[in-house]
Amino acid sequence: MAKVLINEPIAPDVFRMVVVAPDVARYRKAGQFVIVRPGAGKERIPLTIADADATTGAVTLIYQVVGRTTAVMSLIEPGGQLTDIAGPLGQPTHIAKVGTVVMVGGGIGVAPSHPIAQAMKAAGNKVITIMGARRKDLFIMEAEMRAASDEVILMSDDGSYGEKGFVTDALRRLLDGGEKVDLVVAIGPPIMMKMVSLLTKGYGVHTLVSLNTIMVDGTGMCGGCRVTVGGESRFVCVDGPEFDGHLVDFDEMMRRQRMYVAYEKEAYEAFKSGHKCRLEAVAKEAHHG
Amino acid sequence: MAEGLTNKERLQIPPTPMAEQSPEERRHNILEVPLGYTPEQAMTEAKRCLMCKNTFCVTGCPVSVDIPGFIGLVAEGKFHEAARKIKETNCLPAVCGRVCPQEDQCQVVCMVAKSLKDTAKSVQIGKLERFVADWDMANHPEADFTPVPSSGHKVAVVGAGPAGLTCAGDLLAQGHDVTMYEALHRAGGVLVYGIPEFRLPKAIVEREVEGLIQRGLHLECNVAVGKSKGIQDLFDEGFEAIFVATGAGLPMFKKIPGENLLGVYSANEYLTRANLMDAYGFPERSDTPILRGKHVVVFGGGNVAMDSARTALRLGAETSTILYRRSLAEMPARVEEVHHAKQEGVEFRMLQDSIEILGDENSWVTGVKCLRMELGEPDASGRRRPVPVVGSEFVIPADVVVVSIGNGPNPLVPRSTPQIQTNKWGNITADKDSAKTTMPGVWAGGDIVLGAATVILAMGEGRKAAKSMHEFLETGVW
Ligand SMILES: Cc1cc2nc3c(=O)[nH]c(=O)nc-3n(C[C@H](O)[C@H](O)[C@H](O)COP(=O)(O)OP(=O)(O)OC[C@H]3O[C@@H](n4cnc5c(N)ncnc54)[C@H](O)[C@@H]3O)c2cc1C
Ligand SMILES: Cc1cc2nc3c(=O)[nH]c(=O)nc-3n(C[C@H](O)[C@H](O)[C@H](O)COP(=O)(O)OP(=O)(O)OC[C@H]3O[C@@H](n4cnc5c(N)ncnc54)[C@H](O)[C@@H]3O)c2cc1C
Ligand code: SF4
Ligand code: SF4
Ligand code: FES
Repeated sequence: MAKVLINEPIAPDVFRMVVVAPDVARYRKAGQFVIVRPGAGKERIPLTIADADATTGAVTLIYQVVGRTTAVMSLIEPGGQLTDIAGPLGQPTHIAKVGTVVMVGGGIGVAPSHPIAQAMKAAGNKVITIMGARRKDLFIMEAEMRAASDEVILMSDDGSYGEKGFVTDALRRLLDGGEKVDLVVAIGPPIMMKMVSLLTKGYGVHTLVSLNTIMVDGTGMCGGCRVTVGGESRFVCVDGPEFDGHLVDFDEMMRRQRMYVAYEKEAYEAFKSGHKCRLEAVAKEAHHG
Repeated sequence: MAEGLTNKERLQIPPTPMAEQSPEERRHNILEVPLGYTPEQAMTEAKRCLMCKNTFCVTGCPVSVDIPGFIGLVAEGKFHEAARKIKETNCLPAVCGRVCPQEDQCQVVCMVAKSLKDTAKSVQIGKLERFVADWDMANHPEADFTPVPSSGHKVAVVGAGPAGLTCAGDLLAQGHDVTMYEALHRAGGVLVYGIPEFRLPKAIVEREVEGLIQRGLHLECNVAVGKSKGIQDLFDEGFEAIFVATGAGLPMFKKIPGENLLGVYSANEYLTRANLMDAYGFPERSDTPILRGKHVVVFGGGNVAMDSARTALRLGAETSTILYRRSLAEMPARVEEVHHAKQEGVEFRMLQDSIEILGDENSWVTGVKCLRMELGEPDASGRRRPVPVVGSEFVIPADVVVVSIGNGPNPLVPRSTPQIQTNKWGNITADKDSAKTTMPGVWAGGDIVLGAATVILAMGEGRKAAKSMHEFLETGVW
């Protein structure tokens, strides 16, 4: 059991939860994640550690409500409990001084980028952040990313904030514009990570992506999270979540992510019809707050 | 003791069968298959024991349960005393009575079986053990322990499977302050995530864990040692001795084309979803889904494969098939499990091996391409090596495939702790007698050392380690 201090919407369908988990806060490193279970009978889902404070034991998670488990999480009141939080899990990001690092964050992927950007900056790198979202109200953590970066470029699909276009447009411009980029770290929807990797491959720029496969245990026991990297099957939870983007079979990964779509829909619909009022109220609050 | 019977008379009593749910019924539920003995049945069965002076059965048991001792008490109707007798050496009798491969251990060497020249006719030691444990839990649910003064020593157990639980129990009995770390959200190891409810009800394991907590165990779930924190971190937190019992939970795949298609599971994932995550109850009771295949094909021939194939039926499969590349005679699964699986309608395809998993345009599994096999010369394991029959390819339809060809040692601790030596398969090297690893202050036992073995052997390892740890804590000598 872990006590929830804060659980508030920060963008439509996006929540920030601060939960007390002293060991996680104490031992976590950039790039690692936790597995949470928001109640008895609930699913175990992986969420990246967006921030943590070793002195207070507070761990920050930023999550998007996409299905039943994340919806259940969004209903936990501050002062309530998260039944399980396991971790930290996964390999930490390899932090080193390489020169110029471009952090590419798409949508909610900005949250997991944040601790990595901080660590890269602290290691003496020049950090350029490219943040992308569909429209203005979907941008999250802009201030935090500005604080962790030397430069921030904002891209929105509809041009309602920053520039109009995709993160790959901004990245191409950087690469073409003579900026010597030593490393790209791309975290976001799989299709974005795939497009970024395709682009940087042409420029020969080393690119890390953080994969978000379906997981169960998160400890290397089930193999459900496996993906093909460089022709070999790897377990994202223990060998990753970060891999060389140029070697990942994204198409396979995207297909595997959809394995339970029919089941998930059934579970989410059943849940929504049972919690209609509460979810609508939360959604409203999100749009206004 | 049941006086008055001669050995000859005892040998004439037929083995007492245990009532079971009918195959038609149990195919559709997850409840336990065998229903247990009545006290009368147990006493009758107990009368079959010859109370041998030379107790072969005891030597067949890895933890040397005093078998004639407890069976004599059963014959007299002294079930509580019988339970205490078993617990002198075996702290999880309700588990072992159900899942021990008795036919290869205590029962295979039983004098009754030898006299009647039929192992199936041995004294039903496992069934009696189960009866005694169940009876005692129902009639003496109160915690059965005497508080011991604290030793002031802090010890850690990593992994809450049978090895870890046994070790923790023994260390608590010596007054040590024991903290157990478990990576999953629930303690029990394979007993809760792997072995299905219909073979081992989870409530039994839960009660054992509860018992340890009442005796002072600090159970810390959700900590994967080697990832969440390291062995050195535990020393830094003040632990003086650490037992590593992280099991053999690394699923192996066949590395054939198609293994990453949609609908292909490792047995670990399949069973974990069904058991630990209760996917049987999706979507009412549980939020974790599992693909409900119509035609499920399981690769492998061990207990894990049987559990997967039988689970598939309970999840509504129309056909559930075991694909095994050797013959029935080489199959490592317990006889009883194979028998139960057959009764329930699991199809056995022997001497057939998968070479590719086939999928449709959306990558969903559609079938398994197989080859027929013949048995050739014996291989390193002493079993005859299966050799493919040239040109014998054929396809069986499938929408779910479960790969159950074995598990490797859990790599988290050794990989993060180079001081702990492993062998070439990745099992931790530990001293046979003391369970000491190559890192001072660290012991290891169970499947992480033995490779995928059995519950009772894991328990024996936990006990051995606890003894050595206690000596170390008392004397300070490594
Ligand atoms: C290492 C890692 C880090 C992640 N970090 C974050 C994060 O910081 N914030 C965030 O919002 N999301 C993160 N995710 C994704 C998050 O785990 C899923 O969105 C979540 O599991 C959805 O659960 P649900 O029940 O609400 O939705 P569902 O309706 O169950 O699923 C919606 C989609 O989420 C994916 N999904 C479902 N179950 C799982 C599972 N057990 N594991 C992984 N994906 C699953 C599937 O692709 C599915 O299509 C991360 C995933 C991974 C692997
Ligand atoms: C499906 C199946 C059926 C079986 N059937 C039988 C049977 O009928 N009879 C029989 O005798 N044996 C059977 N076995 C084998 C038996 O279950 C094992 O030999 C036994 O459980 C091993 O015990 P253990 O304590 O060494 O490890 P496990 O039971 O594997 O427990 C290890 C525990 O450690 C945890 N862990 C792993 N890594 C870490 C870490 N880094 N930090 C913290 N915790 C960690 C795991 O989550 C797990 O809970 C079966 C096995 C399986 C998989
Ligand atoms: S513990 Fe297992 S091997 Fe030993 S007596 Fe009991 S059933 Fe037989
Ligand atoms: S060998 Fe068989 S008959 Fe003899 S004591 Fe053991 S259980 Fe009884
Ligand atoms: S989630 Fe089970 S092995 Fe990675």
